[in-house]
Parts: sequence; C-alpha cells; structure tokens
Amino acid sequence: MQINFDEERPIYIQISEGIEDAILSGAFPEESQIPSITEFSVTYRINPATALKGINILVDEGILYKKRGVGMFVAQGAAEKLISKRKEKFFGNYIINLVDEAKRLEISKDEIKNMIERGFEDEHRN
Amino acid sequence: MSIEIKNISKSFGNTRALDNVNISLGDKKIYGLLGRNGAGKTTLLNIITNRIFADSGEVLLDGIPTRENDKALQKIYMMGEKDYYPLTMKIKDIFYWTKNFYPDFDIEYAKKLADIFELNINKNVKSLSTGYNSIFKVIIALSVNTPYVLLDEPVLGLDANHRDVFYKLLIEKYSNSPGTFVISTHLIEEVSNVIEDVIIIKNGTIIKNESREDLLSQGYTISGKASSVDSYVVDKNVIGIETIGGLKSAYILGSINKETIPADLEVTKLDLQKLFVQLTNA
Repeated sequence: MQINFDEERPIYIQISEGIEDAILSGAFPEESQIPSITEFSVTYRINPATALKGINILVDEGILYKKRGVGMFVAQGAAEKLISKRKEKFFGNYIINLVDEAKRLEISKDEIKNMIERGFEDEHRN
Repeated sequence: MSIEIKNISKSFGNTRALDNVNISLGDKKIYGLLGRNGAGKTTLLNIITNRIFADSGEVLLDGIPTRENDKALQKIYMMGEKDYYPLTMKIKDIFYWTKNFYPDFDIEYAKKLADIFELNINKNVKSLSTGYNSIFKVIIALSVNTPYVLLDEPVLGLDANHRDVFYKLLIEKYSNSPGTFVISTHLIEEVSNVIEDVIIIKNGTIIKNESREDLLSQGYTISGKASSVDSYVVDKNVIGIETIGGLKSAYILGSINKETIPADLEVTKLDLQKLFVQLTNA
C-alpha cells in the first residue's frame, strides 16, 4: 500500500483514503487483516493517533471492523460500499472541476466528450 | 501523570527568557515544542529538569515540586546539546553508567540502535562528529524508558537518512511503550506529522498550545488577484501576506466559510511550517 501524501488535506483523511484504495484494488481483500496502527505509523512516520483517527473513520462507516486482541479486518461487502460512496462523490470531485477548467480554457462540450472517448480507448495511459 | 509548569519566569540579565509560562505535559503524547532560535525552548527544558532555576513559578511532577527532588527527576530524561558525560569515556561504558541513574535503561536495545546507526560503541564521546554526537544522545533517549523524555534539537547535524531512521525509531518506541515525549525543534516540516500536540513559544511566551489538527484547522491560505484578495480579507484575521506581481496570498486564522469565498479566489490548507513562520515573524 503506497500513499503519496499531499499538503492539501489532513493526513488522517489521506490514510483512510489510502486504505479505501487498497480495498478497491484488491490489495486488502474482504475478511483479510489490514496492517496494525503501529505498522501504519512507523511506515509513514506519522503519529499513531493520526493513523487511528484515519482507521476509525472506516470503522464508523462499517468498512473495517475490529477483532478484539487480533486487529482490524476488512468487512464483508466493503468494496461494494466504497464503490457506491465514491460514485456519489464522483460528480462533485471530478465533473465540477472538469467543467470549470473546460470553461476557463473554452473547451466545448463536444470536445470534452471526444476526450472522454479517447481516455477510455487509451489503455497505455498508465 | 503529568508535568505541570506553573507561572515560570526567567531572566538572564536584562533579557526576559521566559515570561509567565504555564503548560501541562502528559497523557503519553508526543509534543512539539516549537520556537525560533532564542525563543526560550532550551531554557524551559533546562528548568523542567532542574539544570537551571526559574526566578519564579514552579514545576510539579505528579503534583510534587521537582526542585531539588532527585526522585522526581529520575522520571524525566533530557537529551540536550550540552554534554554531561565524561568526554573520554567509551560509549558502551556510558551505557552502563546511565543505567545507574535510570534503572530502566535498556542496554541491549541501546546496542541494537547503535548497530542500526552504525555507531561504534568502543569510541569515546570526544571523538564523535556533531552528527554522531546527536545520534549517541538520541540512542540513550530512546533506550532510557523514563515516563518523560525531552529531546532538545534531536536531529542536530544528522543527515537525511539518519533523521528518517530517528523518526521511525521514535514512532516505533512510542507505539510499543507509550510515554510522554517532547521534541523541541525549529525544523517544523519534518516533525509535523510525528507530533500530536503543538506548543509554540515566541520571545519567552507560549502563543499556541493545542493539538496539531485543531491548530491546522484554524488557518488557511487564500490566493488570487490582489484586489479580490484585499476585499475578501477586510474582516479577517490576516497573519501574513505574500505578493507576487498582481497576485496575492493571504494567510488567515479563522474557520473557512466556503460559501463566502468568491469563485476567482483559491483556498488551500495552511501547513504547520507556514503557520509557524507567520505566527513567529517579528
């Protein structure tokens, strides 16, 4: 699991999003154990309270659950929950910004549609 | 379990080094004691550990004054710039010597850390470079196992790799056996994610004392066309301004109301380093 921290958002939010990404990519499968608070804090050189705060967001959302004395596990159905959560945010996170920038650059609706087509076709993007 | 610093003042000649300082250190947290050079960080730590005496006020450990109280002082270890060791003594002998004062000092762990840092423990203190002198003291601080560990500029002279190893070991130590750590430093950026609470000292006065997250949530940067920024900040608490060409960035303390921010202005988070610089500028 790799997190490239940015300066814009609180670290605990980036930790919880990093775990979400790992669940969505299958790196942390459902019912598998995720790394401990200590492992997160040592790996990313962050205060354990910060790591705990990030993990607790996902516990509250039912994405992770605690097994007493063992550790944190990915809940059954977590990936599906995350997908619908992120879909809800997709418009606000991506579309609004895309339209704003397109307006600044005077890119037309049709041009954007073409670019989206291109984006889907181009498999060597990454 | 806490160290209470109550109404501490200290002057050196005509200079007021500390002016009525009140703080509490405890709860097994990692604190960042941040201040510019000469702000009073080391003076405060020296008073806590009885190396110098305050003109007024007192320091209490679990309710008992630490002044002339060896038993209380055994619970606090301070790593500082000054060497309090016989300079001709071999490092491995200092490890044994330290254990006499601090019974929970873990010699095996200290040796392990020396291996990690590639510090030759058969050398004497005098022969160490600035960086290795810091490393030697950091190793003792991480092995001493007192409830309170005060680190005054712990990464002084350490290269980037060794600084990284230090932060890693500190978090490891703290996770495995939580205690109260106070890191005094002017290198804010590196320590920012490691600390839980921030104490900012300026000209001998504590100007901020709260959790890092609370502090960071109180500040933001707004930038854009100078005229737009100017009209936005009229009723705001501006702690700093930077101008480049017709563009302006204003550092603001206060909570953001996203609705009131004009579309042509950009909001970004204020990081600890920027906030610190703005708060402690003369």
